Amino acid sequence: MNSIKFLYAAYIATWLIHAIYLGSLVRRYSRLRQQMKELAK
Amino acid sequence: MKRLFPILAVLTALLLAYALYQALVVAPTERTMGDVQRIFYYHVPSAWTAFLLFLVNLVASIVYLVWRNPKADALAVAAAEVGVVFCTVVLVTGPIWARPVWGIWWTWDVRLTTTLVLWLIYVSYLVLRRFSDSSQTPKLAAVLAIFGALDVPLVYFSIWFFRTQHPQPVIGGGGSIDPRMLRVLLINWLAFSCFAVLVCWWRYRLERLQREVEEAHALESLLAPGGPSARSAKAKVPLGRSPQ
Repeated sequence: MNSIKFLYAAYIATWLIHAIYLGSLVRRYSRLRQQMKELAK
Repeated sequence: MKRLFPILAVLTALLLAYALYQALVVAPTERTMGDVQRIFYYHVPSAWTAFLLFLVNLVASIVYLVWRNPKADALAVAAAEVGVVFCTVVLVTGPIWARPVWGIWWTWDVRLTTTLVLWLIYVSYLVLRRFSDSSQTPKLAAVLAIFGALDVPLVYFSIWFFRTQHPQPVIGGGGSIDPRMLRVLLINWLAFSCFAVLVCWWRYRLERLQREVEEAHALESLLAPGGPSARSAKAKVPLGRSPQ
């Protein structure tokens, strides 16, 4: 059984999911900062 | 608080790296499944962390329903969203483990199905929060969160009460585990829990910031030419405080 590729797939998928979510948080945060700057003007 | 966050982030990253090393190098290889069993060190802690976050969501939702505390509502949203991310990890890593071990990606087993239902409930919760503009939304979402949380014990105890293809629980419920494997499992759970707390904290701050910006936008539109007078606008929309 070539199980090592499944092991790597699972670990990579886990970090990919977390990275995508963290990326979405960074995008939302920078959009809010931009809106706050516009409101402050 | 702002200075503490990067320090905790670095410590959590180090803990996650250490936990990864433990899972891939230190933990002994399981006799029948081989290396694919090491998926367990990510799959199980992710499930436990998701349960923990859904519990936080439940408590925050009850606090909101009882005391109408907006901070509790923001925490409920943050915990549900991060919980869904961890639950997604569970639903992705499970089939990747099942394919080489069971020979199939998915089966409509009680544990698997209730986990999918749990994920769908919390995705519905987030969809409700995202697309409903009604002032009743937080209240409705809190009630949905209470019903959603009822599925958590069902998921956890399903392998105790039903005949299922899913492996038996490693802690309690008659399952057994090598102490070295248990140690690695607990290290990974600690690492994922710290990571979840940090992400949840960040998401909570983001939620509060978003609400403050929305309130400021509402105030701005009320004060715009043609809108209600400044005095009545100020009376209707109080400007939110800083999320810090």
